[in-house]
Amino acid sequence: MGMTMTQKILADHAGVDKVRPGQFIEADLDMVLGNDITTPVAIKEFKKMGADRVFDKGKISIVPDHFTPNKDIKTAEQCKCVREFAYKEDIDNYFEVGEMGIEHALLPEKGLVVAGDVVIGADSHTCTYGALGAFSTGVGSTDMAAGMAKGKCWFKVPSAIKFVLSGKPQKWVSGKDIILHIIGMIGVDGALYKSMEFVGDGIKHLSIDDRFSMANMAIEAGGKNGIFIVDDITKEYIKEHSKRKYKTYSPDEDAEYEKVYQIDLSTIRPTVSFPHLPENTHTIDNIEDIKIDQVVIGSCTNGRISDLREAAKVMKGKKVYKGVRTIIFPATQKIYLQALKEGLIETFIKAGAVVSTPTCGPCLGGHMGILAKEERAIATTNRNFVGRMGHPESEVYLSSPAVAAASAITGEITSPEDI
Amino acid sequence: MIRRGKVFKYGDNIDTDVIIPARYLNTSDPMELAKHCMEDIDVDFYKKVNKNDIIVGGKNFGCGSSREHAPISIKATGTSCVIAKSFARIFYRNSFNIGLPILECEEASTKIDNGDEIEVDFDTGEIKNITKEETYKAEPLPEFMQKIIEKGGLVEYIKG
Ligand code: SF4
Repeated sequence: MGMTMTQKILADHAGVDKVRPGQFIEADLDMVLGNDITTPVAIKEFKKMGADRVFDKGKISIVPDHFTPNKDIKTAEQCKCVREFAYKEDIDNYFEVGEMGIEHALLPEKGLVVAGDVVIGADSHTCTYGALGAFSTGVGSTDMAAGMAKGKCWFKVPSAIKFVLSGKPQKWVSGKDIILHIIGMIGVDGALYKSMEFVGDGIKHLSIDDRFSMANMAIEAGGKNGIFIVDDITKEYIKEHSKRKYKTYSPDEDAEYEKVYQIDLSTIRPTVSFPHLPENTHTIDNIEDIKIDQVVIGSCTNGRISDLREAAKVMKGKKVYKGVRTIIFPATQKIYLQALKEGLIETFIKAGAVVSTPTCGPCLGGHMGILAKEERAIATTNRNFVGRMGHPESEVYLSSPAVAAASAITGEITSPEDI
Repeated sequence: MIRRGKVFKYGDNIDTDVIIPARYLNTSDPMELAKHCMEDIDVDFYKKVNKNDIIVGGKNFGCGSSREHAPISIKATGTSCVIAKSFARIFYRNSFNIGLPILECEEASTKIDNGDEIEVDFDTGEIKNITKEETYKAEPLPEFMQKIIEKGGLVEYIKG
């Protein structure tokens, strides 16, 4: 029996020829990531372990992005703890306010992850880098601590589900719509403990940003990781952003998949997830009269330059609906600057939106756009759990940037086709 | 290792945002986190729960973020164990890593009701429902995970 892409990467990093699903292995890590919420706990555990140095200061990334710029004294204290650790350990990839961005947009942009890598991050959306053909997965703070100390992590080798993508997506259908469609189809535990592997000739119609959005939300289907086969689009992206050598893996011909789904991308419509689970999906054609109080465009799912371009295309020359707070947060400083150069920021401000410095902010109900009781938002983020963006009785609808932007203009959930 | 306690029963897809909402993540102090555990679906959980009590959930328990604060807050309330039909994988890892025992058992998750008194044997995976006079069998834990739990978490396990 052959191996999947994920299994091959794990076998290589565990120094064995072959692995099988369910097997416990210890793999070498190419990158260990943490943020301002998870790193303080990891530092405590790191010290408790009696570790005196990190295993490799070039293979650790620390990105304070959740409550930054700090929203209160406690978060300032947390960031201070992280900063002091990063300086003491001389961590190469510590990114301070002013140079940081949302971690999962920042690491690929800085060339810190390439195809074939094994990456753990103390943040569940670490699975984003599967877009580049890497194995990456979210872990907790104790795993991060052990990773920083030893450069290794234990894994249970996952089985996999294969998604064979064909056809070309319609106008206004993005990677976000495709992944919401898939989660709606298989459910929030449809890929529990498993890899989601994306292959097929439909992939050539997906930009690297589309793929980032899709791999990003593998966790919302319960997946251990989401991974794309590497093609010319991936190689070009890596070449542009990184000097590191990379390795590409394709699944064996006889690799075993628990399930195979054929998905014709040309049939997918703009899709929205209703509260309070990402699997509650509806296509835009079946949505009527859902009034909104707030629109959020950004996050590690959809805060990249192509996302902002889509939103600006819809909002250009228009005004946001009276009373709808529209908050746009570019995912990194580089993306912010690029949006500024292209005039996108001007489009947003003239339309009556606010543009924020890169931060996780409203995505996790942290700061910069918290919802009050019974308020409703449409957001390009990835989770719509109870209380995710504020009050336990508020609501979050998930969508693509184009749908969110269209909704900002009309004040209710709207298709960009109708603007 | 045997634990006995009263059950707090919840449904499917109990996510980390309800276990410990992000608005309380400006601290990592376990006792502070414990005060807000389960707050968004069960306001008085912290007041009601006693040492050794047990949480029983449905499928996909602990889905969502990687915050270790979630199992930490549960453990700090004195809860001795979580039983569910299935667990989200990061929550699963985190629980072992911090020494909170969790067991997957479909039958127990279906049959146990809120308020039942149950007894869990981690060595055999046997779950006794004292109230209903029933016994369920959970998947036994892989050996190295039992060791991690015995030591009280991954840190102690690594220290040897
Ligand atoms: S943008 Fe949201 S989902 Fe992404 S890392 Fe930040 S809080 Fe998590």
